[in-house]
Amino acid sequence: MSRSRIRKAGIISLVALIAALLPLPFPAASKLRVVGSTQDLAALAQEVGGDRVEVDFIGRGYQDPHFVEPKPSFLLLLRHADLLISVGLQLEIGWLPPLITQCGNPRIQVGAPGNLEAGQFAEILEIPTGVVTRAMGDVHPLGNPHFWLDPENGLRIAKGIEGKLSELRPADAAYFAQRYEDFAKRLKEAERRWDGQMKPFRGRKVVTYHRSWPNFAKSFGLDVVGYIEPRPGIPPTPSHVVEIINQMRRDKVKVILVEPYFDLKTPQSIARETGGQVVVLMPSVGGDKPITDYFKLFDYDIGLLVRAFQATQ
Amino acid sequence: MRKSVLLCSVVLLVVPAGASAQVQQTEKEATEARLRALEEQVRALQTLVESLRAAAEEAKATPPPPGATTRPPISGGTAPVNAPGEGGASLPVYGGAPMGAKLLNPDISAIGDVLGSVGKNKVRPVPLLELHEMEVGIQAIIDPYARGDVFISFGETGVNVEEAYMTFTSLPGGFVARAGKMRAAFGQVNTIHNHALPTIERPLVSENLVGGEDGIDDTGISVTRILPAPKGLFLEGTGQVFRGDSADVFTSSRRRDASVVGHLRAFRDLTDSTNLDLGFSYARGHNDLGDPFITQLFAIDTTYRWRPLRRAIYKSFLFRNEFVWSHREQVANLQRAFGLYSFAEYRLNRRWTVAGRFDRSGRSRFSSLTDTGFSTILTYWPSEFAQIRGQYRYTRYAQQGDANELRFQFLYVLGAHGAHPF
Repeated sequence: MSRSRIRKAGIISLVALIAALLPLPFPAASKLRVVGSTQDLAALAQEVGGDRVEVDFIGRGYQDPHFVEPKPSFLLLLRHADLLISVGLQLEIGWLPPLITQCGNPRIQVGAPGNLEAGQFAEILEIPTGVVTRAMGDVHPLGNPHFWLDPENGLRIAKGIEGKLSELRPADAAYFAQRYEDFAKRLKEAERRWDGQMKPFRGRKVVTYHRSWPNFAKSFGLDVVGYIEPRPGIPPTPSHVVEIINQMRRDKVKVILVEPYFDLKTPQSIARETGGQVVVLMPSVGGDKPITDYFKLFDYDIGLLVRAFQATQ
Repeated sequence: MRKSVLLCSVVLLVVPAGASAQVQQTEKEATEARLRALEEQVRALQTLVESLRAAAEEAKATPPPPGATTRPPISGGTAPVNAPGEGGASLPVYGGAPMGAKLLNPDISAIGDVLGSVGKNKVRPVPLLELHEMEVGIQAIIDPYARGDVFISFGETGVNVEEAYMTFTSLPGGFVARAGKMRAAFGQVNTIHNHALPTIERPLVSENLVGGEDGIDDTGISVTRILPAPKGLFLEGTGQVFRGDSADVFTSSRRRDASVVGHLRAFRDLTDSTNLDLGFSYARGHNDLGDPFITQLFAIDTTYRWRPLRRAIYKSFLFRNEFVWSHREQVANLQRAFGLYSFAEYRLNRRWTVAGRFDRSGRSRFSSLTDTGFSTILTYWPSEFAQIRGQYRYTRYAQQGDANELRFQFLYVLGAHGAHPF
């Protein structure tokens, strides 16, 4: 190969490299691309962002959010995202960090403006005290991450999203503020309705499969007296099942709440023994077809609960 | 008249005296009533104090469980404000627990891997029991532009830095770069740490052609980028340059004897629950015979996964194949060897999986010698952080006889081990 050809090839390679390194053109008027690690966060972002955002999500509402597979196809969502909203509190520790590292998008790296943890805005329950070990199961050292199941936390997260969207797109700040105000108004009205529906059943004792419902229980006055998992993340053992049956009989508990991603065999056998009822309650938007937004999540769950409590008076 | 005056005087004297006696009686009764009421109040207070004391002692005796719920009053609006001590209730906590100085420490983990083996294998014998390795992982974000990952394995025969690299996560143009010692992006199994393998040991093709347990693992620089592709198709290209020392595959005797690795990965979701992963790999470097002698490796890997999203923790299926071609230049000739493995794994429930693997591989130095084997594997997970595995392995080594082994493994995880790439 002659020197001139080598030089030519070198120049072409250099130009190609520089072109590849240049940031892609980004039209100012385009929509902000928001990715939620879960469908709930995506739903809240959609409420606040309206038609100025394009929202997508990784974990589906009927999936166990602890065990989402970090598939390469999710990198396609993340590489163009302007904002990634995650739950935090180590809920996604098993799958989100490698996706963030591998996506090649500086905008959403940890600490970058486009990386938002919803947990920082929410009221967090079940924060372990004292010595924390794995003898407690798959315990979350920073507190229970299922906090979006309290409408008040939904409101706080929406406010946080509004602040972040306004920071990323200041020209649309007034629009996002107006969207948030509208969402807050509608949520307050809905909360009054939900509280009214649940009022006759405040204080009712329930058993749940996993520790997914502390915020929901607090918000709607349920008393969670036991769990089918002996420790978070540990499958039920026969001796623990016997304990739960005895406890339900003793405390006259008639309702067992189960997330859609857990096996129903054990809860149903417990229900048979205790004359109780298993309710597959949806912990997330998208858990079932009718649950298309944050309001419908509570409509759905409260409807199921009211029917279950009435049937087991 | 006198009588009337006398009567009035008597009345005047008697009535006040009677009234006074009546008032005294009333006061006495009232005092007694107050005393009785006070006594009752004291008794009630005593009962209350006793019950509170008992509750406090009980609370002291049994520390609160990790899931103890704080139930602060719901604050209206979005501002997380509650006056300290308001209503005597505990304060709500926003944003998680403070972790103090530990916040900036890296995530540290240790994974113990204890192996046992019974049966016969004269070609590649292993001890009855061994601490195969203790992998210590140290991982953290370095600064806004990079993160660092270090994995050191301690074994009975020494210490080895398995991987230690920094990843530049904020490069422009969608590039992700790594610098340091790392497992090369050659095929699938070469990238997986020992503890994350779905079998106790690596397949025969890794042993014979790709450097065995350590594999292609060297100090170098790696650049990865997602490539443009039709919608729904994930395409990723990786280019790596290493010093040129990787187990018995590549040997660098001069500074310019670098080895290179290239990997192209295509991934597509077929449905919500199924996906297909396809990879093409190439590696080139000098071998242990010195400067002019080159070894080239080519590989194709395919993986089919099924994992129903609703029941992902109970059911899944994986079918993986890897095909490797080795071209090794030697003094007399070029050795062209081929090897493959085919692996299938099915999750029976939350705690059990069964798996099987077929192996067939030539040897890089003597390509006419081909080893064949198969394994069946049963794995039990008491929890996410421990694993017990048994594996029956049969191997027919070319010209060296058969090996029948029953192997078992105890694996446990301490601390926060970061997730591995998919």
